[in-house]
Amino acid sequence: MEITVDGEPVPGVEGQTVAGVLLAAGRKSWRTTRSGAPRGVFCGIGACFDCLLTVNGVPDVRACRRRAADGDEIRTQSRADA
Amino acid sequence: MTRVVVVGAGPAGLAAAAHAVRAGAGVTILDQSDAPGGQYHRQPPGAPHGFEAVLSRCTWWPESTVWAVDGKRVHVLRGPADGTGRQRHVLEPDALVLATGAHDRTLPFPGWQLPGVFTAGAAQALAKGDRVAVGKRVLVAGAGPFLLPVAESLLAVGAGVLAVLEANPASTVRKGWSWRDARKAGELARYAAALARHRVPYHLGRTVVEARGDDRVREAVTARLRADWSVVPGTERTYEVDAVCVGHGFASQPELAVAAGCALDGGFVRVGDDQRTSVAGVFAAGELTGIGGAVAAAAEGAVAGCAAAGGVPDRALLRERDRTRAFAARLAAAHPIGAAWPGWLREDTIVCRCEETTAGELTRAAGDPAAPGPHALKLGTRAGLGPCQGRMCGAAVSALCGTAERHHRPIAQPIRLGELADAKEIEA
Repeated sequence: MEITVDGEPVPGVEGQTVAGVLLAAGRKSWRTTRSGAPRGVFCGIGACFDCLLTVNGVPDVRACRRRAADGDEIRTQSRADA
Repeated sequence: MTRVVVVGAGPAGLAAAAHAVRAGAGVTILDQSDAPGGQYHRQPPGAPHGFEAVLSRCTWWPESTVWAVDGKRVHVLRGPADGTGRQRHVLEPDALVLATGAHDRTLPFPGWQLPGVFTAGAAQALAKGDRVAVGKRVLVAGAGPFLLPVAESLLAVGAGVLAVLEANPASTVRKGWSWRDARKAGELARYAAALARHRVPYHLGRTVVEARGDDRVREAVTARLRADWSVVPGTERTYEVDAVCVGHGFASQPELAVAAGCALDGGFVRVGDDQRTSVAGVFAAGELTGIGGAVAAAAEGAVAGCAAAGGVPDRALLRERDRTRAFAARLAAAHPIGAAWPGWLREDTIVCRCEETTAGELTRAAGDPAAPGPHALKLGTRAGLGPCQGRMCGAAVSALCGTAERHHRPIAQPIRLGELADAKEIEA
């Protein structure tokens, strides 16, 4: 299974969440806050919204709650995009 | 036939569904996840979950987000999390069992917003569900016995665990545990043995008081704590880390119960002897009514499911529920949150992660006579106004500002405006 993150291919394992794929690939953050600070996963179960990203053009998807699907196009997000 | 809807397919919800079916009800059980089990029974995708027997006797709705309830009317979106094109459904059962569980409670400390700082639950969810280790050099810190299985899960996926730190001293922890908890103590001994095999030290009376790094966490500072969690000066120790996992107990997720109109006591849903809430036909079970773990949640779920179906819970069910509840109370006494934790914070420490409101801003606003009350505090500082709606910071903001935490979030789960505007509701 493979997804792209800001155009770059990232391999994953079938059934992993988007957050799992990104962390396994060594990425710790993929969103920036209003102040520009980086954020990644914090709560891991959908309560904190730190891990938001854009999946196939749909913004504000919680990476920890969404299963990655082969071919997903992921874009990282900043608060300004929202 | 009595129609029962159960929200949440963790230990409480699954037990509720099983007992409601047994009492003759027609049961629909929903969960946000695509697999049953909740956080406790989280499995890698495709792994057998062992709940087929229960689910085959219910209507099972995975990937179902309950975003609102009014009375017993349940509004559901079905489809992938935060997706588009989800279907809107409305359920109107005779009885509703809420078993929405809890998430980690984490106290703020300098640097807790850095990537690489996770809740203890996140580390376990990623290990159990995704088979991913959050780091190679990890510190696990906070309060409560949950830290031990978290460390075990981390070790199981190859993470290096530098230490597990329980903030409470041995004298406090000993107060709660007793010979009556032999079964639980045995479980803990097994975790302790797993840590020992991997040479992971378990320290009491010590915690992580600061995370450092620019783009991500690179160092963690730990310190010795007094019983009230004030730092003993000069006891700081710095670890080189690539991840920190922190949990100071759990916060229940009462949004749907609040929306239904259920009365709360100290953040937990108030229930009667058969798990009945203050609203007719609405029952609550599991971490919603108090933090007690999976066994307590299942015991409460069994009582709630039976009562929701119109049955009378038998003595054995009630006895088991009371036993596990008493254990939960002792656990809370053994692993309290020390009142002096705000001493770890600095002026510029972020408390509200979403809006980046600092401790300094909050304490100044709380002391400003021109802005009295929680509403003025919220509008003035933006604490709790971000996407998590105070789920992460609520308890900390309340403690710092001397106000009561509020759980009134108009929408329990985020939905898109297009979904809200869509008139096509399917009655079921």
